[in-house]
Amino acid sequence: MRLVNRQPERGARFLLMLLPFIVLVGVYFFGSTARLAGNPDDKLLPSASQMVAAIHHAALEEDGRSGEYILWADSAASLKRLGLGLAVAALLGLAMGTVTGVFPLARATFSPFMTALAMIPPLAVLPILFIVFGLDELSKVMLIVIGITPVLARDIEQRAREIPPEILIKAQTLGANSWTLVLRVVLPQLLSRLLLSLRLMLGSAWLFLISAEAISATAGLGYRIFLVRRYLAMDTILPYVIWITLLAWLMDFALKGANRLLFPWSEGART
Amino acid sequence: MSFIEIDNVWQEYGHHVVLERLSLNIAEGEFCTLVGASGCGKSTFLRLMLGQERPSRGRILLAGKALPGEPDPGRGVVFQRYSVFPHLNALDNVAIGLELPRAPVLGRLFGAKKRAAREEARQLLEKVGLGHNLDQYPAQLSGGMQQRLAIAQAFIMRPRVLLLDEPFGALDPGIRKDMHALLLTLWQETGLTVFMVTHDLAEGFNLGTRLLVFDKTRNDPQAPNAYGARVTYDIPLNADRQVARARIADIAALQPD
Ligand SMILES: Nc1ncnc2c1ncn2[C@@H]1O[C@H](COP(=O)(O)OP(=O)(O)OP(=O)(O)O)[C@@H](O)[C@H]1O
Ligand SMILES: [Mg+2]
Repeated sequence: MRLVNRQPERGARFLLMLLPFIVLVGVYFFGSTARLAGNPDDKLLPSASQMVAAIHHAALEEDGRSGEYILWADSAASLKRLGLGLAVAALLGLAMGTVTGVFPLARATFSPFMTALAMIPPLAVLPILFIVFGLDELSKVMLIVIGITPVLARDIEQRAREIPPEILIKAQTLGANSWTLVLRVVLPQLLSRLLLSLRLMLGSAWLFLISAEAISATAGLGYRIFLVRRYLAMDTILPYVIWITLLAWLMDFALKGANRLLFPWSEGART
Repeated sequence: MSFIEIDNVWQEYGHHVVLERLSLNIAEGEFCTLVGASGCGKSTFLRLMLGQERPSRGRILLAGKALPGEPDPGRGVVFQRYSVFPHLNALDNVAIGLELPRAPVLGRLFGAKKRAAREEARQLLEKVGLGHNLDQYPAQLSGGMQQRLAIAQAFIMRPRVLLLDEPFGALDPGIRKDMHALLLTLWQETGLTVFMVTHDLAEGFNLGTRLLVFDKTRNDPQAPNAYGARVTYDIPLNADRQVARARIADIAALQPD
């Protein structure tokens, strides 16, 4: 049988899914064991027990200086920034994208402007944000907002324009005015799309968050890994990276679930 | 004075003349079927009637007044595709037509009014044969059921004019027959004026009380877009059906509502 036609069976599919993970973990610990055997003080590839000890210290012991459990304090600080940034960006992006997508007059005015704005590399304006909004929370949230709002808005605008004109005409023959047309016909369809776009933008949001935290913060997951980098503390960095990945995956999973629950009719619920 | 007067209407897109010198008088309650070659301007004509576009020249009068320049609840429409809202279930797809005109701010009704709207929508859906599919989303309905839903959606508004653009083009012949019966029943009961585009000549002859054939009368092989189409044949059909319909209307008028 040709390779393009060969499908994995159900059990095999599960094993195939696990395979790359198992290989990665295996290669890692093989390398780790080998290096530690050569030099017990080697820091590059810490052993499992070293990492467990580091996690134990970060998650289950109070920090000597701050009296906090640093993993949880870091997670709370980061998630708060991320959540706030994503929420504001989602609202702004949805509002701008819908208005430019539905109203030709608004599109003529703002669409080229948004396209230009979206070209600005967000990290290049980070210094400006620090200068304008100060070094604390606001500038980090703003970086996320500035980084992903234009992309979200453009995506939503595109989706709004993809709504077949027949649908908009139909709504008018059913007695909709411009406002109720948006409220009852356009927005519900775009909300589902917004959740999908947010899922796709999660990676960028984390990127902006960690960048901002790396440069200026007193807590946060990004702050921590850049702080302990000075001591080559791979035993902390690696679990932190895995933890961040897990959080990102959980957020993606939650958004997907929300889409399926709230918008059972939609395309976005299936992808 | 006729119900609809189309007076020397032209429609041009740049140098492309699609319709030219179109003049028609349509009586209220007429069922016009529109046929013609692909690309000759039948959908364009419906867009003009809908108010989605304005004629380049000439004018269209509806009940003696200039036709409103944008779609409104007075003129219903069913397209071949994308006629129903994918995010609403069948019941709400129809009930929304009762909610939107009465709720200009929120676009939805609440409480007893909402229940009343849904009940009315449910009765109409039962009539078009979707009584068991109230909770289903359009994606879960077959093509024929989606068109039934679109027809129910249009009829709930009680429009005076109904525009149909190849509404049954994608349906198989058996289902098409059912749809014809449904459409005729509703037309006879409501007395609205119908314009229906079809590619199926038999459908055009069977359903209509008037068949309008769109075609070009002049043709320049060097410049195929220089001349537009007009109505070349205007054939009265099924006179008995119109009489029957008028009688039904009389009986309905006699009965206290
Ligand atoms: N907005 C527009 N701008 C330019 N040309 C247009 C526009 N709308 C329609 N046309 C042209 O008008 C002509 C008639 O189109 P129309 O859709 O009315 O044809 P039709 O009779 O409905 O054809 P079909 O049977 O294939 O649906 C086509 O050649 C089309 O290219
Ligand atoms: Mg057409």
